Amino acid sequence: MSNYKKRKMTCIVCPLGCELEVTINENGKVVSVTGNTCPQGKEYAIQEVTAPKRVVMSVIHVKNSIFPTVSVKTSKPVLKSKIPEVMKEISDITLDAPVEIGQVIVKNVAGTDADIVSTRPAPEK
Amino acid sequence: MMKTKYDSIIIGGGPAGLAAAIKAKELGLKVLLLENRDVLGGIPLQCLHPGFGLHYFKEDLTGTEFIYRFINKFQEMGIEHFTNAHLTEIENISDNEKRLKVITSKGLQNFTTKTIIYTTGARERHLYEIGITGKRFPGIFTAGEAQTMMDIYGIMPGKEIVIVGSGDVGLIMARRFALEGATVKAVIELMPFPGGLTRNVVQCLDDFGIPLYLSHSVRRVEGRSSVEKVIISKVNEKLEVIEGTEKEIKCDTVVVAAGLVPYIKILEKIGVVKDPATKGPIVNEYLETLIPGVFTAGNALVINDLVDHVVEQGELAALGASEFVKNDGIPASRWIRVFRGENVRLLVPHYLSGKRDVTIYARVRKPMKKVTIRFPEIGKKMRLPVVKPAEMVSVRLRKEEIQKAVDRITMEVLSNE
Amino acid sequence: MEKKKVVIIGAGVVGSAIARVLSRYENLEVTVLERNIDVGWGTSKANSAVVHPGHEDDQKKYPLRAKFCAKGNRIWHSWAEELDVPIKWPGEIMLAFSVRDLEKLQYYLDLAEKNGVPDVKIVYQDELRELEPNVSPDAIAGLWAPTAGLLAPWDAVISLIENSVDNGVKLHTETEVKDVVVEDGKVKGVQTNNGFFEADIVINAAGLYADVISKKVGINFDITPRKGEYYLIDEDVKERVKRIVHQVPTELTKGVYISETVEGNILIGPSAVNLPLDAKDDVSTTEKYLDYIWESAKKLVAKLPPKSSVIKTFAGLRAEPPSGRWIIEAYDNPKGFINAAGMRSPALASSPAVAEYIAKELIGKKLGVELVEKKNWNPYRKGIKKFKILDDKEKERLIKENPKYGNVLCMCKEVTEAEIIEAIERMKKIGIKTISLDGVKFRTTSMFGWCQGSFCRVRIARVVANYLGIPEWEIPVKDGKTSYGVGDVKAFFNTKQGVDEA
Repeated sequence: MSNYKKRKMTCIVCPLGCELEVTINENGKVVSVTGNTCPQGKEYAIQEVTAPKRVVMSVIHVKNSIFPTVSVKTSKPVLKSKIPEVMKEISDITLDAPVEIGQVIVKNVAGTDADIVSTRPAPEK
Repeated sequence: MMKTKYDSIIIGGGPAGLAAAIKAKELGLKVLLLENRDVLGGIPLQCLHPGFGLHYFKEDLTGTEFIYRFINKFQEMGIEHFTNAHLTEIENISDNEKRLKVITSKGLQNFTTKTIIYTTGARERHLYEIGITGKRFPGIFTAGEAQTMMDIYGIMPGKEIVIVGSGDVGLIMARRFALEGATVKAVIELMPFPGGLTRNVVQCLDDFGIPLYLSHSVRRVEGRSSVEKVIISKVNEKLEVIEGTEKEIKCDTVVVAAGLVPYIKILEKIGVVKDPATKGPIVNEYLETLIPGVFTAGNALVINDLVDHVVEQGELAALGASEFVKNDGIPASRWIRVFRGENVRLLVPHYLSGKRDVTIYARVRKPMKKVTIRFPEIGKKMRLPVVKPAEMVSVRLRKEEIQKAVDRITMEVLSNE
Repeated sequence: MEKKKVVIIGAGVVGSAIARVLSRYENLEVTVLERNIDVGWGTSKANSAVVHPGHEDDQKKYPLRAKFCAKGNRIWHSWAEELDVPIKWPGEIMLAFSVRDLEKLQYYLDLAEKNGVPDVKIVYQDELRELEPNVSPDAIAGLWAPTAGLLAPWDAVISLIENSVDNGVKLHTETEVKDVVVEDGKVKGVQTNNGFFEADIVINAAGLYADVISKKVGINFDITPRKGEYYLIDEDVKERVKRIVHQVPTELTKGVYISETVEGNILIGPSAVNLPLDAKDDVSTTEKYLDYIWESAKKLVAKLPPKSSVIKTFAGLRAEPPSGRWIIEAYDNPKGFINAAGMRSPALASSPAVAEYIAKELIGKKLGVELVEKKNWNPYRKGIKKFKILDDKEKERLIKENPKYGNVLCMCKEVTEAEIIEAIERMKKIGIKTISLDGVKFRTTSMFGWCQGSFCRVRIARVVANYLGIPEWEIPVKDGKTSYGVGDVKAFFNTKQGVDEA
C-alpha cells in the first residue's frame, strides 16, 4: 500500500470536468479511480495513466486546389508518445487535388494502426 | 444593375447563414445568399478540431466536416447565391422592402427583399482594446488570423509564441502551434480561471507542457525592431495590476485571443439597436431586430460557444423570416422583456410573446458549481452541476411558462449552497 | 547645359517637398535617398496631420517657423489640388479655461497679425459653441483660426514623391548615407550602403537622423526625439468635433489636439516627452502617457467618445532641434551642403514654403546656381481611385473594365483587389525595391479600419504574394526585417522549406 502512487487529473470526457484521483500500484497498474461520476470517466483515467492517447489534427499540403492545404485527422486516437512521429511523417507529403473528405491519405501512420484521413475536400481549381 | 425581389436575403455564408438559407428554402421562401469571400463556409473551414455537431448531428465532427454537411446540402438544393459579393449599403424602404446595394465582380447589383437575415459573424478584439502598449510590431496576430494563416494558407506565423487569452480559440491555437513544431512559451489569462473548456486546457496546454498564467495581464510588447518579449504582471481580484510583479517572457510572436465582438456596423447605420451586454442587436424570439424584417443569427447576434447553437439560431431566423413574409410582419404582441438577473452576463432573445416555446441563450459572469437557474416571475427552476462563462447556458421555456409572466421575466443563476 | 547633381537625404515630407520643387528645374538632376524600404515612414506618418495656420510661433524666438508656416499653409491649397491629396479646412480653436489662458490667446492673436495669418479672432460663449458644438462647457473663450487644415501626411509624402519621380527625380530606397564626401571645402557626394552618389549639392532632410548626417561635415547639433502618443477612434462614434480643438501651447509642445481626420476617424493626442538622443526609433506607446492624453482630452470637449471605441494607439517622434529652432541653411564650408533639419511642428504645413526657399534663396541665390525652369514640368498627379467614395455609375464602370474592382478585400474600408494591385504597381513605379504590406496599407487605407487587419491582412498578403510570385512569408510587413510569418506551416519539420532566421 505504501508503494502505491496517487495521481490527480481532470477528466475530459464531458463538460463536467470531474477531478479524478487515480491510485497506481508498484507495477504501474491502476488500483482505483475516485472522483468520477460516470463509468467513462473511470475508463478515461485508466487509459490516461497507462497509455494516454489523443486524436491528432493538422494540415497537409495540396497542389492545384482552392487552398494550399487540406485538413486531416487521425482515424482514431494514437499514443501521445507517437505524435511527434506522426507529425513528421505528414509534414513531407504534398497531395494533388482533388481530395475527398474522408479520403485515407496515409494508412497506419507512423505504425500507430490509425490512418490519416482528410476532413476537408480539396476540389481542383 | 439588376433588380429582383426576394423574400429573404441572407448576408454571410458561414454556418448561421447556410443553415438559415437551407431552412428558408425548405419553408418555400425565395432566397438569395451573399458571401464576401470566394468560398462558402466561414470560420469552421479553418477549424480542424472536433467538438462540432455534438448536439445537432449527435456526432463529434471537426469544424470542417460539420460545415461541409451544410455546404453540400446548400449546393444540392441549388440555392441562389453570390460569392465575392460585398454588401455596401442597406436602404430600409419600408417594413416590407429593403434595398441592398452589393459589390460583385460582375458589377454593382441592387437587390430588393422583404426580409434580411444578417449572419456575418464577429470580428476579433485586438491589442489596443485590451490595453497592451508598446511598439506595433509585425509579429502580432489575432488568433483567428493565425488560424487562417496556418490552417487554410499554410503559413507559419512565428517560432516562439505567447498567447494572450485562454479562451477556447487561444487554447486551440496553442495546440496547433505546438503540434507544428513552434514553441509556445506561455498562455496569459487575466481572470483567475481559464477562459475555455477544461478538456481544452488539458489537451492543449498540459499535453504540451505549456504554462498557463492565470490572473496575469500582458502590459507591453518590447523589442528593438521586432517582438522580443512581453512584459506581464499579476493582477488582484479587482483585476488591477499588482506593483512589483512584472515579469518578462521572451518570444518573437504574440497571438491575441481576447474574444470576439459582433460585426454589425451596417445594421447600426439603419437604426438597429444594440444590446451593450452582447454587443449584438436586441432581438425578439424570432431573432428579429428592432427594425422589422431584419433578422440576425450566429456570432453577429451573440458570441456563441458551439456551432450547434449558431445553426439553431440560423434556422430560427429563417422561421422568423418565413412568418414575417406569410403575415406581412411578425404579429404584434404584448412583448415580455427578459432581464439579466444575478450572475447573468448576457442573454438573447430579449423579447418574448408567449405564443411559442423559446430557447434562451445566456452566459454567466463567473463560474459556479451546483447552481439553480431561476425565472422567478414564472416560477421556473432548474439545476445544473456547473456553469462557466465560457460555456453558454441554453434553457428552453415553454409558451405556457412564458405566459405566466405579466410584463417581464428575469433569469438568475444562484448557488445552491 | 551643365547639370547640377542634387542629393536629398530623407524622403519625409520635407525631403519630398524639396524634391518636387527642385524637379521643376531643367539643370538640376535630383536624387532622393531614403534608408527605409518606403517613403514617409519616419515622423511624417505619425503626427497630428494639421496644416497649421502659423499664428503660434514668435518671429523673435522661432524666426523660420514664423516665416514659413502661414506661407506654406496657403500653398497647400493649390498643392493638394495638383497632387490629388484629400484635404479639409475645418479651422482650429485654441481653448481658454482661465483668465491666464485668455491672456495667452491675446498673445497668439498678436502673433497672427505679425505673421500674416488671416481672420484669426477671439470668440466667446455663443460664437464659440456655434463653431464647435462639442466644446467643453468650462471653456470661457477660444482663439479661432479658420485657415487650419487637415490631410493624411503619408498621402502627402507619397503624392509628392510620385509627382517628383514623374518629373524626373530618382528615388533610392533602402539606401542609408554613411558619409558625406567633401574635398577642398566642397561637397562631392555621399557614400551609402548602395555605393557612392555624386552630388554638387547635398540637402540633409534626414529628420530624426539629421544630426548624424550633419556631424559628418562637422556641423554639430543634436536632434532630440520627442515622443508623442495618439489614440485613433472608430469613425462611427457619435461624439465628434467639427473643428480642430486644442489647448494653449507650451514651450514643450503644441499640446493635445482632438480632430476628425480626412478618413473620418477622431484622432486624440499627442503627448510630448523627450527621449535619449539615441532612441531614434522608439515609437512604443506607454500606459502613462496614453492615460495623460485621455485625461487632457476630456477637458477640451463636452463628450469624449467611449474608450471602447479606440481602434488603435500609436506614437510618433518629433525631430527636436536645440532651442526649438529650425536649421535651414546653406553653408560656406562645406559649400553645397544644405541643412533642412530639426523641423519639428509646423513642418508639415511649412514644407512647401521651405522647399521654395531652399530652391530660390539657398540654391539659387546663396549658391549662385541659375535655375532654369522646365517647359514641360507636370504639376499634376492623380492618386489611387478610392472605390469606396465613387458614385454608383463610376463603380459600375470600373468593375466592368476590371472585375478586380468587384472583389472587396478589406471590408471595413471597402478596399478592392484592384486598388491593392495598383498600390503595388505604384510602389514599383517610383522605384521601391521591397513591396511591403504597410506600403499597401498606406496607399489604400486597407487594414486602417475597425478590424485593424485581423480579418483582411492575410487575404491581402495572398494577393501580394500571388502578384509578386513569392510566398507570403517573404513579404515584409513594416521593414525589411520581419515578414508576414516565418515560413511554410511545416517549416519546423523540413529543412528544405527552412525557417528564416531573423
